[in-house]
Amino acid sequence: MTGFRLLQGGDAIDRNRPLDFRFNGRAMTGYAGDTLASALIANGVGIVGRSFKYHRPRGVIGSGFAETNALVQIGRGDRLVPNMPATLVPLTQGLEANSAIGWPSVRFDLGRVTDRLSALLSAGFYYKTFIWPNWHVFEPFIRRAAGIGRAPSLPDPDRYEAAERHVEVLVIGAGPAGLAATRAAAGQGLKVLLIEATDRIGELPPSVAALRNTVAIGYYDGNFITAVETIDAPGLRQRLWKLRADQVVIATGAFERPLLFENNDLPGIMLASAAQAFVDRHGVAPGRAPLVATLGDSGYDAAFAMSDAGLAVRAIVDGRKPGEALVAQARARGIPLFSESRIVRATGNARVKSVVIDGAAGRSTLACDMVAMAGGWSPAVQLFSQSGSTTRYESSIGGFVPDRAAQAVHVCGMAAGIFDHAAAIADGHAAGVAAARGETRAASVFPATPCDPALPPATGNPKRMFIDMQTDVTLADLRQATAENYRSVEHVKRYTVWGMGVDQGRLSATNGVAALAAIQQVDPSKLGTTKHRPPFAPIAIATMASDRPNGALFRPWQHLPSHDWHIAAGAVFEDLGYLRPSHYPRAEETMAAAARREALAVRNAVGIMDSSSFGKIELKGPDAGRFLDLISLGRPSTIPVGRIRYNLLCDELGVLLDDGVVTRLAHDHFLLNASSAHAARVRSWIEDWHQCEWPLDLVTRDVSEEWAVLTLAGPRARKVLIAAGCDDLPESADWPHLSFCHATLGGHRVRIQRVSFTGEMSFEIGIAAPLAGELAKRLWEAGQSSGLVPFGLEALDILRIEKGFVHIGTDTDGATIPADIGWGRIGRREGDYLGKRSLMHPSANCPGRRQLVGLLPLDGNLPLQVGAHLATNKPRRSEGFVTSSCFSPTLDTSIALALLADGRKRHGEQVTVWFDNEARLAQVTSPKFFDPEGTRLEGNQSDG
Amino acid sequence: MLLIHCPWCGPRDEDEFANGGEAHVDRPNLPETVSAQDWADYLFMHDNPKGLLAERWVHSFGCRRWFHALRDTASHRIAATYRIDETRPDIAS
Repeated sequence: MTGFRLLQGGDAIDRNRPLDFRFNGRAMTGYAGDTLASALIANGVGIVGRSFKYHRPRGVIGSGFAETNALVQIGRGDRLVPNMPATLVPLTQGLEANSAIGWPSVRFDLGRVTDRLSALLSAGFYYKTFIWPNWHVFEPFIRRAAGIGRAPSLPDPDRYEAAERHVEVLVIGAGPAGLAATRAAAGQGLKVLLIEATDRIGELPPSVAALRNTVAIGYYDGNFITAVETIDAPGLRQRLWKLRADQVVIATGAFERPLLFENNDLPGIMLASAAQAFVDRHGVAPGRAPLVATLGDSGYDAAFAMSDAGLAVRAIVDGRKPGEALVAQARARGIPLFSESRIVRATGNARVKSVVIDGAAGRSTLACDMVAMAGGWSPAVQLFSQSGSTTRYESSIGGFVPDRAAQAVHVCGMAAGIFDHAAAIADGHAAGVAAARGETRAASVFPATPCDPALPPATGNPKRMFIDMQTDVTLADLRQATAENYRSVEHVKRYTVWGMGVDQGRLSATNGVAALAAIQQVDPSKLGTTKHRPPFAPIAIATMASDRPNGALFRPWQHLPSHDWHIAAGAVFEDLGYLRPSHYPRAEETMAAAARREALAVRNAVGIMDSSSFGKIELKGPDAGRFLDLISLGRPSTIPVGRIRYNLLCDELGVLLDDGVVTRLAHDHFLLNASSAHAARVRSWIEDWHQCEWPLDLVTRDVSEEWAVLTLAGPRARKVLIAAGCDDLPESADWPHLSFCHATLGGHRVRIQRVSFTGEMSFEIGIAAPLAGELAKRLWEAGQSSGLVPFGLEALDILRIEKGFVHIGTDTDGATIPADIGWGRIGRREGDYLGKRSLMHPSANCPGRRQLVGLLPLDGNLPLQVGAHLATNKPRRSEGFVTSSCFSPTLDTSIALALLADGRKRHGEQVTVWFDNEARLAQVTSPKFFDPEGTRLEGNQSDG
Repeated sequence: MLLIHCPWCGPRDEDEFANGGEAHVDRPNLPETVSAQDWADYLFMHDNPKGLLAERWVHSFGCRRWFHALRDTASHRIAATYRIDETRPDIAS
């Protein structure tokens, strides 16, 4: 409880606008302009959260994005936001925040016991320990004890949106270098967009567009950058920007590095830059008795800022021998200076109380309640690395700097390792000019302000020297990983979880590489650094989803043209792309009972079904027949005008792609029907072969959604058609099965195809889609005296299985060729067609191929399970599997279709059908269970 | 995300396109007459270089036209796009 609000200072806050907020239930106050972090420190809060693994107390360590410890949950209920760094949360009136980790409370955390057991919890502990007997035994305990934050359990009430923009030059970061680059590029007359993570942007030329509170999170191929703009206005929380830039300037600054020493994670120990920012921007003292430890010049800025704010700085501990000017300034302020010295240990329980330093003047203990660490600066190369570009180790600054650019990208200022203010501005200007001209710049010159890497001290407990505080990875873990021969930084990262927390290793990456290099006794440049991946900062999942429609629009229902009529008829729908009627239950009828009743009605009277979802592709032109011959197994060019033929499509492997019928509408005009499931694929398939292989003289057109098709099937189908007012039908003899005619129905022109997927006399009536509802109603009324019933997909499945009609993709798999389903003959025709050469290969005609058969289970009451294997007994080996199965009400027994090795030769044999350790016997038959001669197609035996 | 220059529609986001694999794989003129080996080469034995590869792409959510792209498989840079009836331009990686 040692932080407090200074009486003066703080250029970001407005002391006339106090704000109330709550942290872990306690009422507190801050000022407008505070972050949650600065307000917590001003209220004397030391412990903000607990660490991930050992549940050690943690306080604020940084500012802005450079925060790894102080993770909080904001809000409650449906507006709960987990895992927010307190340094990035602007203070608002009524803000409610809670620690992300800590049970039962952040100040007394039972999980702290794991800290005492840390000897057991080293790198790879979970991998090694919980393999036996089963990870799932331990998982609930570990999930509860570990993990950071809780996800909200209610739907997000806020709105998110996505926007796109194309610019000539995109500048990321509005610090001194970024502003200079922006002005320079705009000065060359280019369209510049500047994005800045905070709301602070200096003066800009009027031509420049700027986005505040916008964080670039991803850098992809083609100079495509994603950024998240936080708006937090009523009705709109965040906006996802998808930016495409001809040239990109990265001016994202650098992250200060923590120092390594025992207990370097104690609350009260923070980055020097953060301490300085709290004093200067928020008028908050991070402690009453601060001490500064530094490896370069930058720590002095923080020491002097705190001293000038009236704090009694206990000491500056410098790892080097500082220059005379700095020594004089420290002396003028009365700050004791320990040169060539480092901290080896901090002591304290809930907060740092003292540090042990070791150096030129020997070992001593200094009391303090706050330590500011200045371990040098690591350029923020995350976005540059994401772009596919490479980084290299620069020893003079002890960090990684941009190396080879893979895209049109320029890095400048601190992000390029130029830490001197004036030099960074000049570098930004040069980057802006280079971007505007599309030029490449020479590499930056080092060193401007040299700094050593933060190497671990020789003494102290390595299990308490934290490399990555958020994931509790210590120096001891890195040593162990190396001892177990994990050498690559990528492997060590995954084995120890170093750098895998919410902050993605922003504070720990470089220190970890330096420590690993020291352990492995190699130069850090040999190790390199881990690859950075999007997102740079955590974003709301809703923001990620914002460029796609969601809710009811995520995948809109596709309705058949006569959808309303189906609802009126009592349909139960199935979602198959289109919502299609599966059955039309009466009263309490089950689906199976309804399907049987509907199937029997089609066999004995007449049924009506909606077939509109079939694919309908027209091919027209002098070469239409020739083209169809090339892509089909049948020979559509030989179909007489007015007639229809069943047709199969294969790929070049000879494997069945789809089946359907081809109708010859006119000499140069064909209609290809594709099955509903394959309609889109067949359309693309035809386009592909027409455009790329056979650019013949024809046009293709997908008319699937322009035509609705209603099917009347059953012995009384013709009677219903006539009763509906279709009085210009040709005589049956002139219009047999597999032909079509044009007719008039209810004053509208219709096209009627004699095609049957049920085995009954069948009329597929095609009409303009908007008229489908009207037609359905007319047919329905006309059919009442004939016993017309609507039938759905379940009944259709029974009817087609009884006939042995296949569904390509259901009764065939990725190896089934036409001969396997009984169509070997049409494959042996003259001329070239897709798949022909493959079908000539000996493997297409060899023994053992799985062929389509019918199965009659000996116990016919219970249908066989689809997917059940047909297996031999000794040795038990699969010879095939059941592909379709139903109970046939017509035959009063269960029937099934199956693919069986050499099945066509085995009709009459008994096979064992295995499913779920149960064996059933079935007899192999022809797949044509019902009316194998097709005598019912003309409806002669009927009263139609 | 790649920016792909459709020869018919100009530069558009990768989202709008689908990749059709290696281009300029010639289908044998009279498949019945070629050996099983040659047919297998046509079907399966495609090139997989590190560097420039001629590919087929289709502008699925645009003009629905197939075209060619010369793409570097390592850097994803597209060196050229050209119509389906054009031959591969002479560009060295």
